[in-house]
Amino acid sequence: MLTKLVNMDRRIVFILVALAVIIPMLFPISLSVSISKPTKDLYNFIDELEEGSAIMLVFDYGPSSLAELNPMAKAILKQCFEKDIKVVGLTLYAVGTTMGSDLMQGVADEKNAVYGEDYVFLGYRPGIELVILGMGDDISSIYEKDYYETPISQLPMMNNIKNYDQIELVVDLSSGSLTESWITFANVQFNQKIAAGVTGVIISQMYPYLQTGQLIGLISGIAGAAEYEILIKDPAKGVLWINIESFVHLLIVLLVIIGNIAFFVNRKQEE
Amino acid sequence: MKRQVPLILCFVFGVVMLLTQFSPHSVSQGVYEEVLNWARIITPFALIFSTITLLQTHITRIRRKTEHWQYSFIVFVGIAVMVIIGIPYGPQHPWFEWLFNNVQLPMDATMFSLLAFFIASAAYRAFRARNVEASLLLITAVIVMLGNVPVGNLIWNKLISWPPISWTPWSETFADGSSWMKQWILDNPNLSARRGIILGVSLGVISQSIRIILGIERSYLGGGD
Repeated sequence: MLTKLVNMDRRIVFILVALAVIIPMLFPISLSVSISKPTKDLYNFIDELEEGSAIMLVFDYGPSSLAELNPMAKAILKQCFEKDIKVVGLTLYAVGTTMGSDLMQGVADEKNAVYGEDYVFLGYRPGIELVILGMGDDISSIYEKDYYETPISQLPMMNNIKNYDQIELVVDLSSGSLTESWITFANVQFNQKIAAGVTGVIISQMYPYLQTGQLIGLISGIAGAAEYEILIKDPAKGVLWINIESFVHLLIVLLVIIGNIAFFVNRKQEE
Repeated sequence: MKRQVPLILCFVFGVVMLLTQFSPHSVSQGVYEEVLNWARIITPFALIFSTITLLQTHITRIRRKTEHWQYSFIVFVGIAVMVIIGIPYGPQHPWFEWLFNNVQLPMDATMFSLLAFFIASAAYRAFRARNVEASLLLITAVIVMLGNVPVGNLIWNKLISWPPISWTPWSETFADGSSWMKQWILDNPNLSARRGIILGVSLGVISQSIRIILGIERSYLGGGD
């Protein structure tokens, strides 16, 4: 029996994980989410910006990470549109274009934001470091036209935005190491303030930059997205999913405990 | 000659770009800007090379009939369809968007979602307290896993509101202790280790860059003469 438990068929684990996801999805519950300091710092920074300021929102992720990063993007956009903060969207990741454009358009429709006046989406350009460095001098030298092929000189919002000097904050939503490129080439070279929203697996990489102040804030995975939704008082998918994730984490912890008990009892019996 | 020219170019551009970082003079900054412009023009060509390499790899797989060689045809079909629609009409075209939203997006998201199942299974097998190091890893993982989700604080707060503990002065101070412990792990041991890794990697990158500029490290030139 114990040996069976120690060597449990992985398909049983798969079924248990599926149930831990499906059941709370069918019968949602609401657990209290505590707000972490890095998330609160980013929220406060944007909240304290003056009306009409501009931030840059970078969609450096693909479909594999949208579950974690889309809720963050939506929450930040909602906060910005409600506070009349202009948003310049772009991506350094080719597959981020369609997702970024659809997402910005969706939130803009919800908040009655106007394209070209409240937000723009510049799309993708290859050459990560070169794009970041180039925009430090002149955004139009990299993006002559936006994603929809409109010359950026024809977008009213972009008339007042030449380079990072007019951008209060770059928020990089990333599923890889692109945040580090933003820190190296935009923060270090141009003193541009950077914040990040990253997937759960790379949170730990970001902490040295938080401590040095090179990141002014950090949204960590789906938990961070849920925190941000709570802060903007608009709970959405982030809150729903973190509650579901709670059950999966709890299941894994229980499996680990059961596995260890079985392992030790089994070893004792063998001795 | 095929090796000497790239080595000379690498040395000259490496040294010049390094020097531009130490001089604010207009000539120096002009050179810097110009080289950046060249690099911006050259970069998109890397996409062409990577596409050619991908095609060559799959042509070889089909020719040699290696395992699952039939799937390589799907790569060709995928590239052809996206290129035929994407190049003339652009990524904003409804057909391109439809293919992205209904083919690439769900497939990519599904592949990544499967990780949850494999991680759960791997955690069950791997997290065994066999020795001190494994036990430390296990305890840390459990704290971070629970601290990262609301249920961690729920369990913790229930625990400290348990009568034998709830009368103590700490019960209030230690509310939401699960996320506090997770944050402490990220802020202290994790941060220290990460900083060490970053410093080590950075020193490695600097030394490797010097080796490349000076022509000591030549593996980037590939094989042959």
